[in-house]
Amino acid sequence: MGGVEELYREVILDHFKAPRNKGRIDRPDSEADGVNPLCGDQIKITSLLDDTLIKDVKFEGHGCAISQSSASMMTAAVKGKTISEAIELTQRFKHILGVEGGTPHTNGSVDMDELGDLAALEGVKKYPVRIKCALLAWNTLLQNLEQRLKS
Amino acid sequence: MPTKSFDPLKIRADFPLLSRTMNGRPLVYLDSAATTQKPNAVIEALSNFYRESNANIHRGVYPLAEAATALYENTRTKVAEFIKSPSSQNVIFTRNTTESINLVAHSWGRKFLKEGDEILITDFEHHANIVPWYQLSKEKGVKLKSVPITNDGQLDMAAFDRLLTPRVKLVAVTALSNVLGVRPPLQKIILMAHQNKSLVLVDGAQSVPHEPTDVAHMDCDFLAFSAHKMLGPTGVGVLWVRPEILDTMDPFMGGGEMISTVKLDTITWADAPLKFEAGTPNYADVAAFSVALDYLTHIGMETVRQHEKTLAAYALKRLLERPDITVYGPKILDEQGSAISFNHKIVHAHDVGTILGEEGIAIRVGHHCAQPLMEALHVPATARLSFYVYNTTDDVDAFINGLSKVDQVFGLAKSAI
Repeated sequence: MGGVEELYREVILDHFKAPRNKGRIDRPDSEADGVNPLCGDQIKITSLLDDTLIKDVKFEGHGCAISQSSASMMTAAVKGKTISEAIELTQRFKHILGVEGGTPHTNGSVDMDELGDLAALEGVKKYPVRIKCALLAWNTLLQNLEQRLKS
Repeated sequence: MPTKSFDPLKIRADFPLLSRTMNGRPLVYLDSAATTQKPNAVIEALSNFYRESNANIHRGVYPLAEAATALYENTRTKVAEFIKSPSSQNVIFTRNTTESINLVAHSWGRKFLKEGDEILITDFEHHANIVPWYQLSKEKGVKLKSVPITNDGQLDMAAFDRLLTPRVKLVAVTALSNVLGVRPPLQKIILMAHQNKSLVLVDGAQSVPHEPTDVAHMDCDFLAFSAHKMLGPTGVGVLWVRPEILDTMDPFMGGGEMISTVKLDTITWADAPLKFEAGTPNYADVAAFSVALDYLTHIGMETVRQHEKTLAAYALKRLLERPDITVYGPKILDEQGSAISFNHKIVHAHDVGTILGEEGIAIRVGHHCAQPLMEALHVPATARLSFYVYNTTDDVDAFINGLSKVDQVFGLAKSAI
């Protein structure tokens, strides 16, 4: 595997073609909108939260395969997790992509196995302009959670 | 038809960058609406300027400075000739089209527009011809209105007629859409605007590089364009202003070169064009721009237009044959300008751009600094290919083959689309 196939791995295309948790929660506890100024792509993330737990999370919007599959994987990864786990996962995901503000796993290295499907997005690293696409859903998730933490 | 002596392959050989490879494949450059590649003559002129001619202009009296000044002013004369302006005194050098338009907003708009006045733009406009007017409208209480486009991607002239009220003091319109390659009916727009006593600013960023320009015939009041989109260096823009308007305009930025006398209580301005060119200008790039103008003049702008017309019609025809592609705009083979926007029916423009990029094919994807137009087209983004003198039908064929790679990467069988 090499070249562009390294970016568009099968698991990414699978999430793009059959996105998980796509849609909008009717009466969300929190919602946030994100936009990628590079391409004009927009995303809305709605969530059901209790004090600590992400009970449900959905995304809607349009975008490229990278942003859409990343959003799908993100919802699948954080649903059922605690808010602090989701924030930690976001930092680790950013670290895989080599983004400032990302933090490695507490033992000093990112455990790729634990990240599951998400690890497939590592190929984005080679395309710096596209990193924003991969991060859109995650940054919007952070906004969503922060709004809840503030209120 | 192109003249017999015009051979794009010969032209191509003048552009060193076009012979390089990308990922081991020949580079297919189809993004000239963003910026054009430069011929050897321009690259050498720029390098030679620094080797042999560099001295600050309009200041020194020694021969080197005199010669550098002459090179700068010689380009001004050539620009005037290129756009058929009777004088070069109303040709102002800026950094780019964006700065040219900002200059008009600042030096004309801030002085002459007042609350209740209106500025009319179109849904075709690049952000460069939207944002300065938006800022001005907020500052002065001026209303900013936009002429919509029709479903087939033409300017809605009935709406233009309706929106062109007596309060409209300025119509700011592109001569050629950077997204759709559509030419709004400029002559009609200018005639109607002038009958309405509105001035007209033409954004010529995409027209001046690609077709003959005649400001006297066009009869516009302001014309803005950029050197880097017409084989010239980056960092040089042009603003042409109708002389009687230029005389009434306030300076743009304050500093050296734009003054006549300076006392702490009274400053008098230099005459145009220097009044609008504060500080040390980008004279080395301006000097090299002159060589780009020579290069284009030697080919002939009518030949440039015909060559691109042939390429655009061919590319449009090949795109329209594909069931996996949606093309935006009027899709008239004969009238297509040198930019074509499209989307894959399933794959997002960004993915198309990345996959073609890996194949060595450079196209632009995104909103093309024209978000209101994207909204009018009901898409977040498009992919765009655009041509110049060095492109050939082989480039178009390579691009079309690249689209099949997109289907392949996404595992799309032809029957699925």
